[in-house]
Amino acid sequence: MASEQNEQSKPTGVTTATSSSPWWVEHPIASLAARRAAMGVVTLFVVSIVIFLATEVLPGNAAYAVLGHTATPQRLKALENQLHLNRGLLDQYWVWLSGLFTGKLGNSLANGDPVWGQVAPRLVNSSVLVFAAGIIGSVLGVVLGAVAALRKDGWYDHISSVISLAVTSLPEFVIAIALIILLATVVSHVLPAVSLIPPGTYAWSQPKLLILPVATLVLVIVPYILRMMRAAMIEALESDYVEMARLKGVPEWRVVLVHALPNAIAPTIQVIGLNYLYLAGGIVIVEDVFNFPGIGQGLVNAVNDRDIPVIQLIVVILAAFYVFMNILTDVIALLATPRRRIAR
Amino acid sequence: MQARPPKTSNRFQWLHTLGAAARTRRGVIGLGLTTLVVLVAVIGPLVEPYPSTSFETIPFATPSGQFLLGGDILGRDVLSRVLDGGWLLLVMAVAATAFSILIGGAAGISAAYLRGKTDGIIMRTVDVILAFPSLVFALLLVSIIGPKTWLIILAVGIVQAPPVARVLRSATLDISERDYVKAVELQGVRPAKVMRSEILPNLISPLMVETGLRVTYAIVIMAGLAFLGFGQPPPAANWGYMIQENRIGLSSNPWGVVAPAILIALLTIGTNTFTDAIARVAIGVDRRPEEAALIDDLKVGAPA
Amino acid sequence: MSSNDTAVSGTDARSEAARVRLETRDLRIELSSSGVDVVSDVSFAVRAGEVLGLVGESGSGKTTVALALLGHARRGLKISGGQINLDGKDILALKSSELRALRGAKVAYVPQDPSAALNPTLRIGLQLREAISSHPGAVTDIDARIREVLKDARLDASTGILKRYPHQLSGGQQQRVALAMAFSCRPSLIVLDEPTTGLDVSTQRHVLETVRALCRSYGVAAVYVSHDLAVVGGLVSEVAVMYSGRIIELGTTEQVFSSPVHPYTRGLLAAVPSPDRSEILTGMEGQPPRPGRRPKGCSFAPRCSYAIETCTTLTPEPVMLDRRLVRCLRAGEIGQGTPRRQGILAAATMDHGATLLELRGVSASYGRNPVLHGVDLSVAPESCTAVVGESGSGKTTLARCIVGLHSNWTGEMRFDGNELARGTRPRQKDLLKRIQYIFQNPYTSLNPRKTIGQIISQPLEHFFNMSAGERATRVAGVLDDVSLGGDFLNRYPDQLSGGERQRVAIARAIVVEPDLLVCDEVTSALDVSVQAVIVELLRRLQKERHLSMIFITHNLALVRSIARSAIVLSEGRLVEAGPVEQVLENPQDPYTIRLIRDVPKLASSHLGAQVALGSA
Ligand SMILES: Nc1ncnc2c1ncn2[C@@H]1O[C@H](COP(=O)(O)OP(=O)(O)O)[C@@H](O)[C@H]1O
Ligand code: SF4
Ligand SMILES: [Mg+2]
Repeated sequence: MASEQNEQSKPTGVTTATSSSPWWVEHPIASLAARRAAMGVVTLFVVSIVIFLATEVLPGNAAYAVLGHTATPQRLKALENQLHLNRGLLDQYWVWLSGLFTGKLGNSLANGDPVWGQVAPRLVNSSVLVFAAGIIGSVLGVVLGAVAALRKDGWYDHISSVISLAVTSLPEFVIAIALIILLATVVSHVLPAVSLIPPGTYAWSQPKLLILPVATLVLVIVPYILRMMRAAMIEALESDYVEMARLKGVPEWRVVLVHALPNAIAPTIQVIGLNYLYLAGGIVIVEDVFNFPGIGQGLVNAVNDRDIPVIQLIVVILAAFYVFMNILTDVIALLATPRRRIAR
Repeated sequence: MQARPPKTSNRFQWLHTLGAAARTRRGVIGLGLTTLVVLVAVIGPLVEPYPSTSFETIPFATPSGQFLLGGDILGRDVLSRVLDGGWLLLVMAVAATAFSILIGGAAGISAAYLRGKTDGIIMRTVDVILAFPSLVFALLLVSIIGPKTWLIILAVGIVQAPPVARVLRSATLDISERDYVKAVELQGVRPAKVMRSEILPNLISPLMVETGLRVTYAIVIMAGLAFLGFGQPPPAANWGYMIQENRIGLSSNPWGVVAPAILIALLTIGTNTFTDAIARVAIGVDRRPEEAALIDDLKVGAPA
Repeated sequence: MSSNDTAVSGTDARSEAARVRLETRDLRIELSSSGVDVVSDVSFAVRAGEVLGLVGESGSGKTTVALALLGHARRGLKISGGQINLDGKDILALKSSELRALRGAKVAYVPQDPSAALNPTLRIGLQLREAISSHPGAVTDIDARIREVLKDARLDASTGILKRYPHQLSGGQQQRVALAMAFSCRPSLIVLDEPTTGLDVSTQRHVLETVRALCRSYGVAAVYVSHDLAVVGGLVSEVAVMYSGRIIELGTTEQVFSSPVHPYTRGLLAAVPSPDRSEILTGMEGQPPRPGRRPKGCSFAPRCSYAIETCTTLTPEPVMLDRRLVRCLRAGEIGQGTPRRQGILAAATMDHGATLLELRGVSASYGRNPVLHGVDLSVAPESCTAVVGESGSGKTTLARCIVGLHSNWTGEMRFDGNELARGTRPRQKDLLKRIQYIFQNPYTSLNPRKTIGQIISQPLEHFFNMSAGERATRVAGVLDDVSLGGDFLNRYPDQLSGGERQRVAIARAIVVEPDLLVCDEVTSALDVSVQAVIVELLRRLQKERHLSMIFITHNLALVRSIARSAIVLSEGRLVEAGPVEQVLENPQDPYTIRLIRDVPKLASSHLGAQVALGSA
């Protein structure tokens, strides 16, 4: 599940400034963002087609897929109407795509409520989960990684590397279950094992319910960020420019904070970005374990119910998040790398 | 930056690397854990004390001399279910990994070496697949076609191919610019042959490391799917699903959850630790391929 | 080692008056893991206002010694013995906080590669400023001092240079920034580690002049590390020659360069090509032993033509000989004659008009960025044409167009009367065989996963329909031709030295019996003693195998040793063409004139004896 670790977007280099610099040379950041956004829109478009085709067309007919053995001709007909299956394929796609923008996505097949109204509060809850875990995890990962690099080959470095290796190997439900056993059931009862948030209230209203899910996700992402930070920091600390800084008598704290850190942070930002994306997938299992009412749980429920409109919407939201985060991390990494940001 | 010379230039370099990795401390631990769990999964079905699907005791019975790990939610013997619930996971993970390494490797190498349109098409496809969180992609397919074994293998194989493609593309981009590749191109040797006989032998290290990583994550994703209830259909024993179904009995008989969780954990820790040992032998302690690719990308991205 | 005597015995009145600033005694640096010495018995002294040259080939321990002078050892190394007295105080005895205060303030370092040593994420101004502000009290008005050192280093502060990032500066500017930084706190000692490597000759000359002027005006002592004897010759007053971690000869520049004693120094000088004379270069076979692999006795013995039985058992101690130190058992017998410097190449005869390769108005570009503008070139059969130019002048692009690695060019190329197509794809197999290319860097041109035998027989498999036996014979023959034995067949490239690798690359090219060999800076990654061997090898092969050759180089001095005619490129344009003598002795274009003027050479007084020998 943690496969996104390796994924990274190829940063697009800035082109050389020529005498009559066009705007994209003068403003490489705007240019990068624009190019990435354009590519992102294309990606999203293709993704939407894939989602649409997968859910509506592949197994013959979605209506049949939903109703399964209970299908009677009347019920099939009614459902086909509701899903606009009686129209042409292109028509269906168009109705659905425009629905994404207008919010008119029809009703859930499971309970008849409007799809958007059902997903929106879940989205808010999940965002709280992802951003809380993301921010805590990034700060922890960067600090722990930097310390490991500074203490390279010391006992702290060895221990943190062994622990992070072990933790990156574990599926998140194993981590979650371990936390539940330790803190919420078998060993002790300091925290609630499930995060049942009453309908109508949001995740932040009972912070205690957030602790275990957030802790699980933090545990899952910290090792990746730690390892990247450590590697990048070691690279920086062993570079010629750090040696040079030491040789001109710069105090050690300045060598670390001013010389090494800014150079180590750019690649780490990319990994942090990847981990946000990873979190977007990781919530599926963590929300299921803790009964947390977010879009991950919503997706699992929808898949169980074959609630196609809900599945489509949630998957599109996750894909859009991926595209947006990718652009964001690229831009931030670019900001942190003058060599790529400023043309000669 | 001068490339680190290979430690050994052996014709069977990958065997050599495996051997060297197996002799390191991490290698011993990784290989030991993996072997242990694999033995449990493979020999288990032959030695299980009770049929894994028959009701033998009361639900969530505590461990006893008769039922060493107690009973599960339906009163089946936990030990028997644990012994029976791993082998299919292993087979599926290996199959999915083979798929992602073959497809992802071929895609990454061709994208990097052939450049141009091929590269564009392959990398845009990769982008599209990556836009689905890996578990979500599998869920999407499973929700439509149902939890079929072949489908799960295919789905996990597909979602794991893009990271392989990215790492190998980046490694190939580097290698295909080397002079020794140019020297062969200058003779007019066909691209397919250049890729096979000049580039591929230099990709053995990243390929090995990727294989290890993908095995680990295939197990993680598949166990996750099973945990969510999208593994084999119910009566069959499955470590992932056991954790799910026995959760509510945690306080009565934790073993229904703890035993499969420990086995999954030991397995993934084992494969990942061995992979780390390989990476350390083949590439160097501080530069795993995925991390190196990130650092180098940012370094060479300077305007020319 | 009594290096004091050497320094004191200098005849220059000014230097006698000056204080000894730096005195290094019996310095020893070892691998911290195994305790094997990387550098040992290093002793020398430098006076205020003087520059000591530390010369030697790569791996001889120059950088290690240079860094030790700042009390620094790279990861994996440790300074394990000796003294480094700076103004009478041993810096190796300092606490780390005292050492930090000393670095940059009293001893400054100028790195080999400023593009790597300047922090890419920090502005130049900040990096300069912190060199000063890290030493409170060293300078009162920091801004004024920055302006001053920029001016001293001949940088224009008004151009906003302080606001720029390192990558926005040229190589020369970066090196000047490093110099400015080093002088900013007015140190007593400045250590320069190959500060001009990688710069074009004109920039190199300017930087050297700056160094000289600054040392003189600030009265600092300097240690100048270089592998380039010609650069050192023109700059320093004393030279220490290093080999395998030890100083093997130490004396005044005059003494060491015009009458070297140690066989290694003599060999080194014989290998240095000269832009003034067409001589056969004499290289030294073999390579220096690595730390821990040093043979018993003299570590130069395996390569030494004077070696005798005792050399392999008795480690030579430095002996004083005519006010210089030499570490050789036979120092007294060898005498101070001229180094072996053989024969003069016959002057070029004009060729009879036939051409094998003919370029007319070739222009090339990368994307929309033009790099070559209408270049003409003709190569006569069985002769060698040199293509000379500084880095970035388009030499390699020209070569890549000819061999087919680059296809974005216009103009006309004819080979043996037929039009040459763009790129390798449209070219006939036979044509691809007839033109072979040798790459600049032997460390990247051999596939690390293949044996030498596989590498050399690969083109045979591709171009010829031969039995395995025939191939093996051919490969063995050509290995012999490049002076590598049959035991290389099953080795892998990483088991070979740079020189050996380049021989393999040459073997791979000539094994298919081409008509034209394109050699792109084939010696620039090699040490000077190996360079001489490779150049001689190419010259011999060219003659024996009746090859035509294009020899690309940035090193003007090399041209004479190998080519009959030459063209000079500057910024993608042809600025000079003709027989070598004419181009080098009577250049017409202002650019060529400047290039030849700025090339560092061993002053002819240093080589007086050889000049006499040469004209005899
Ligand atoms: N950090 C290090 N660890 C181990 N060996 C080193 C290290 N740095 C240099 N060496 C070895 O020490 C010798 C001298 O190196 P160096 O001082 O860099 O020589 P030079 O500057 O003359 O090229 C070489 O054999 C090199 O391999
Ligand atoms: S001691 Fe012997 S081997 Fe060493 S340089 Fe002198 S003559 Fe040559
Ligand atoms: Mg050096």
